[in-house]
Amino acid sequence: MHELSIAQSIVDTVLAVAAERPGSSVATIHLKIGALSDIARDALEFGFEAITRGTELEETLLEIEIVPIIACCERCHTEFEIHEYSFQCPDCGSRDVAMTQGAELDIDSITLTDPGPTPICNRESTHTHD
Amino acid sequence: MTEQIPLQKKVLSENDRLAAEIRGRLDAHKVLALNLVSSPGSGKTSLLERTLAELGSKLNIAVVAGDVQTENDANRISRAGGTVVKPIITNGKCHLDARMVLDVLGDIDFAATNLLVIENVGNLVCPSSYDLGEDMKVVLISTTEGDDKPLKYPGMFRRSSAMVVNKIDLLGLSDFELARVKENALQINGTLIIHELSCRTGQGLDRWYAWLSDMMAAKKSGKLVQHVDSR
Repeated sequence: MHELSIAQSIVDTVLAVAAERPGSSVATIHLKIGALSDIARDALEFGFEAITRGTELEETLLEIEIVPIIACCERCHTEFEIHEYSFQCPDCGSRDVAMTQGAELDIDSITLTDPGPTPICNRESTHTHD
Repeated sequence: MTEQIPLQKKVLSENDRLAAEIRGRLDAHKVLALNLVSSPGSGKTSLLERTLAELGSKLNIAVVAGDVQTENDANRISRAGGTVVKPIITNGKCHLDARMVLDVLGDIDFAATNLLVIENVGNLVCPSSYDLGEDMKVVLISTTEGDDKPLKYPGMFRRSSAMVVNKIDLLGLSDFELARVKENALQINGTLIIHELSCRTGQGLDRWYAWLSDMMAAKKSGKLVQHVDSR
């Protein structure tokens, strides 16, 4: 259950980026998680919800894309998707294969919501009263 | 108004940065580093005790011993040989991370060290996400466990460079089959080096020591080959 630690790392990274855009709020965090990343999606969602409750990320959505495992044969260079964790080249039968994707644990992007230009109008109306 | 900001940032980038710092220190002195992983009770500490008793007088071996609670393992390892042992108590955390390891490496003299072994917390899931700056992961499994464990924990077996099958003196007392565990492990990781041994009887340990010496020599001469998906 290291997903709580992972959720905390995600929150720390996202808050650091959001801090550079004062006034905006984080609507969605887009994650890419490899099928061989040893991350349990449910546990990550649960952990994220638990640590963001009552904070500025309480309403933030986690959007998780599971990245399938793709490997490349070191002998014949065939690229193929790994099914049921069988790391064997379907063409030449070699087991000397290298993963090209499927181990990701990345924050791909975040979507920020900007409150818009209303503060400027407020300022103008304040000026007329002065 | 919404705005999508691309980050393409690894969640564990801070851990990776610290692991790279550890790796840099080890590489500067060509010290081989192993990250020893397994379920609880497979025999990580027993293998270390045996290894230190055999090689501890000839080599300077530093050990980082991680445990959820107690320094029992660290104490056992200290008694086995005159070596540097750094305990880490994780206080409930299910894995070691690079920060914890870096914090205890401080005063180890790597110029006078041949081998660093990091004994991870007994767990085949969580430690696989955390690079500790090691050259290779060595995964242990014992004959009192299920021989389908490589299939149940593919992430860890895929990222490991070697697998040690411990307690082979107990073969035949359970349904565990050596041929089956090897086939399962090779399905996940076809280039895995496999050792079969018993820390209790000593069977198979000579080959383990010889392999360790080969790996240390390879590191010294800059010819150590990293497993393709080790990280």
